[in-house]
Amino acid sequence: MHLLLAILVGILYACGLYLMMRRSMLKLVIGLGLLGHAANLLIFTAGRVVPGAVPLIPEGMTTPSGPIADPVPQALILTAIVIGFGVQAFAILLVRRLAERTRTDDVRELTTTEQLETQTGTGKGAS
Amino acid sequence: MNLLILPVLIPLAASIITLFARRSIALQRSVHVVSSLASLAVSVLLLGRVWSGGIQVLEVGSWPAPFGITFVADLLSALMVSVTAVVSVAVAVTSLGSIDAAREKFGYHGFILVMLAGVNGAFLTGDLFNLYVWFEVLLMASFVLMTLGNERGQLEGGMKYVTLNLMSSALFLAGVGLLYAATGSLNMAELASLVGRPEHSAIVPVVAMMFLVAFGIKAAIFPLFFWLPASYHTPPPVIAALFAGLLTKVGVYALLRVFTLLFHQEAWLTHTTIVVIAGLTMLTGVLGAAAQTDIRRILSFHIISQIGYMILGLGLFSPLAVAGSVFYIVHHIIVKTNLFLVGGVVERLHGTGSLKSLGGLYRSSPLLAGLFLIPALSLAGVPPLSGFWSKFILIKAGLDLEAMLVTGVALLVSLLTLFSMTKIWAEAFWKPLPEGAPVRRSLTTWERWTLLGPIAGLALITIAIGLGAEPVFAAASRAAEQLLDPQGYIQAVLGGRP
Repeated sequence: MHLLLAILVGILYACGLYLMMRRSMLKLVIGLGLLGHAANLLIFTAGRVVPGAVPLIPEGMTTPSGPIADPVPQALILTAIVIGFGVQAFAILLVRRLAERTRTDDVRELTTTEQLETQTGTGKGAS
Repeated sequence: MNLLILPVLIPLAASIITLFARRSIALQRSVHVVSSLASLAVSVLLLGRVWSGGIQVLEVGSWPAPFGITFVADLLSALMVSVTAVVSVAVAVTSLGSIDAAREKFGYHGFILVMLAGVNGAFLTGDLFNLYVWFEVLLMASFVLMTLGNERGQLEGGMKYVTLNLMSSALFLAGVGLLYAATGSLNMAELASLVGRPEHSAIVPVVAMMFLVAFGIKAAIFPLFFWLPASYHTPPPVIAALFAGLLTKVGVYALLRVFTLLFHQEAWLTHTTIVVIAGLTMLTGVLGAAAQTDIRRILSFHIISQIGYMILGLGLFSPLAVAGSVFYIVHHIIVKTNLFLVGGVVERLHGTGSLKSLGGLYRSSPLLAGLFLIPALSLAGVPPLSGFWSKFILIKAGLDLEAMLVTGVALLVSLLTLFSMTKIWAEAFWKPLPEGAPVRRSLTTWERWTLLGPIAGLALITIAIGLGAEPVFAAASRAAEQLLDPQGYIQAVLGGRP
């Protein structure tokens, strides 16, 4: 189980980074999403997966008997998923606006904010 | 004790009020200004309490320390929160005269306040995962502020800014997860006592490097700084001023915190790496600035080179060097915000920040010229202004440790900074206005007070820090002492508990 999850995390990281290095903005955003998922799954795996053991302490005892599933990594992931959802929604909307504005999906054409004035000749460009 | 939550709670509550006051811009404005002033008062109180009473701790929801989320204010945190409050007041006043109605209508004031809550939360939290959450809070608000207005430059710069910051967050999150898996704790004080154990010696350096890259992206260190000069000149000047002053410094703060509290076991490796990065950051930043001909772009590159000085102190890792870092951060936040505000006024007067189409400002606005000189000379490190002392301390620390190469680089960069500042001075202020340049407009009385007032205020603070360097240095040294002695922090948070 751990091995399988570890391989999956690796695949997610690889796919995410690969997509980020493509020239398409849409793929860039999908890649960012995958990186977030990979990080979440990494926390899940590293936090040790213990199936079927509820983290409850039996009555009259102060420590649980036997191994239990640690609830903290899951709480962390839950928080991170919610944050990631919001951030990705924003990123997708940003890409859409940018595509509408620039009429391109190619990240290499997004250079107007970095050109020196001697190159553009017009100073501040569109802004 | 409740004082600790207020620097976060006040802006957060104020931003919620602005949500309910969507129709009334006047109410939003007053909420913004009043809450900034309230935050300033509370932060100064907090600073006083930390100064006299030592490290302050708040256990949120009364959950005892390693289990619940703790808020911790040591001297560094308190200083950072106070400087943030000073800058936020200046920005609140400036936005009254400079932000356009459309941006205000779409919640500009509310987003600024959310961002300030996030910044203060990041400074005050004592829990690693909570730090991630505050980072996301401030990032989300800054994403919106960066792109608010939908200009093409803003969207393009915003895209780069968003992408690199999300990558950094994913890396930080993965590092937090690995550290928790190894040690079973997220509380920074408990982690500080756990990471030194031999059974964690394999994973801790890995996580340290992940954090260095993650915070490094946020702090814009070499070679991870490309998002900064691509985006910081695109939003309205007052937003850029707030970003320039605060956001990268949250990254520097996080580096200072984790590399003094958690990852100092193998300082020969981690801190030497930081020194090398610091030298390269200083150099690339200042050389990048030399090629630019737009006021705000020059200033953006200078942020990078200044970040180099701040992490140089961390890398040298002696009490004097860390004190120098703390002093530098305090000085830099005020001076850099001020320079961006001056740049904003210049752009407002002439409609452009391009040095080619500027000129004659010394003759037409002598007051503005004088107000530019103070932060500009301070940035370059001319005595007796605040920048001189911060550089002096760092270079003294470098010489004490016989780190000659990096000290030499620091001195050279300081000279090149002066070159950049004189370039702005000569081009924008001194030379006559070129023919065919856009017509200069003048400021209304309202603009004069709201735009120049904060600049004058921040310039006065710069002079005050310069002339009264002694108390600031004393505070920075005590902050450094606390940073270099993690036992005090652990003791304050965990108390007698194991």
